[in-house]
Amino acid sequence: MPVQDFEQLFQKKIDNEVKIEPKDWMPDAYRKTNIRQISQHAHSEIVGMLPEGNWISRAPSLKRKAILIAKVQDEAGHGLYLYSAAETLGMSREEMINDLHSGKAKYSSIFNYPTLTWADMGAVGWLVDGAAILNQVMLCRTSYGPYARAMVRICKEESFHQRQGFETLLVLSRGTDEQKAMCQDAINRWWWPSLMMFGPKDSESTNSDQSMKWKIKRKTNDELRQQFIDMAAEQVKVLGMTLPDEKLKWNAERKHYDFGEIDWNEFWNVVKGNGPCNKQRLEARRKAHEEGQWVREAAMAFAEKRRSKQKAA
Amino acid sequence: MKNFIRKFYYGDIPEEKAGGGSYQTINDTANWPLWEVFIRSKQGLDHKHAGSLHAADAQMAIENARDVYTRRMEGVSIWVVESKYITASNPEEAGELYEPAVDKIYRHPTFYQLPDEVNHM
Repeated sequence: MPVQDFEQLFQKKIDNEVKIEPKDWMPDAYRKTNIRQISQHAHSEIVGMLPEGNWISRAPSLKRKAILIAKVQDEAGHGLYLYSAAETLGMSREEMINDLHSGKAKYSSIFNYPTLTWADMGAVGWLVDGAAILNQVMLCRTSYGPYARAMVRICKEESFHQRQGFETLLVLSRGTDEQKAMCQDAINRWWWPSLMMFGPKDSESTNSDQSMKWKIKRKTNDELRQQFIDMAAEQVKVLGMTLPDEKLKWNAERKHYDFGEIDWNEFWNVVKGNGPCNKQRLEARRKAHEEGQWVREAAMAFAEKRRSKQKAA
Repeated sequence: MKNFIRKFYYGDIPEEKAGGGSYQTINDTANWPLWEVFIRSKQGLDHKHAGSLHAADAQMAIENARDVYTRRMEGVSIWVVESKYITASNPEEAGELYEPAVDKIYRHPTFYQLPDEVNHM
């Protein structure tokens, strides 16, 4: 069969909402796009542990510490689900990790911002995880089977992350003047970077969007961003706080909130590696990997020893 | 710069924006094999495929599966098998493989028209 026929059959499956599975024929570009997207998503989960790990030893109570540990452990699990999904497309785990550590592969730039106060743990949960969830809910219906299944699992676990974040802020918002100020400050710092998580404006897209045609993605950046802003603009009222955007205003005609311009220079700068914490994050990952090497080797040696003992017995 | 901007989303930065560093990656001599994990969610139900993970041996695979797939009491029993031992049917041969079942609709109870009085049969 000529390749065009395979491609037509493939597109027909996609159009009929038939999921693509690892051993099915797929266009090279579909495979490549999925590997890139899924591995970047996995790296985001893994690097995403770092800004929160910063607060595990500083959490204000045992309860908050236990919650934070559980959340960080979830992120590790989410990274593993996603690495496994990417591996089904033929890229090895080692290759992916090496690409992250060499700087070739990227992760979400949101994790290149520092977590300066305890209120940041709340703002990260509410805004950053909130923005991620909108993407992930959409991705539960993505066309590549293993990716979709990983996303279903992740979404089930993720809603606790957002709720605990909002609750953390809620407690602060009802506290002392100092705590209230801390809460507002965290929201101010995380709001714009959270909006950038959805990626550039649709109007700046020059290529026809193959990812939408292949149903890897099902909503545009602007659709998701608007959905997020509409939700957050209402939720922030419960906190008695404000979002740092003077232009944020309900538009009765559009039935959506209008909002101000995002600083895209900042976005691309952080993507390029010039964010406040890019260097620190990568160094932490490399250090962990290098210092863990002897553990990985020892586990293999131990497994080998156990195998040979079993054989002898 | 605009020409290079493609529509992409969280967790999907296009290749041309990806960097490349001078960091010398270490060559891992210890590549743990891949295991498939099956979980029984409660007594009386089948083990169901949950996902996969890397581990040095079977026991470690079970311990890792406990941490990765049953953090919220999703399971009461775990099976692991090294992925290389799984033989799968070929999707390209699906047509021939399942063809024998296609025209045997009389294997389904709905094939038989019965009077209303006995139709609960």
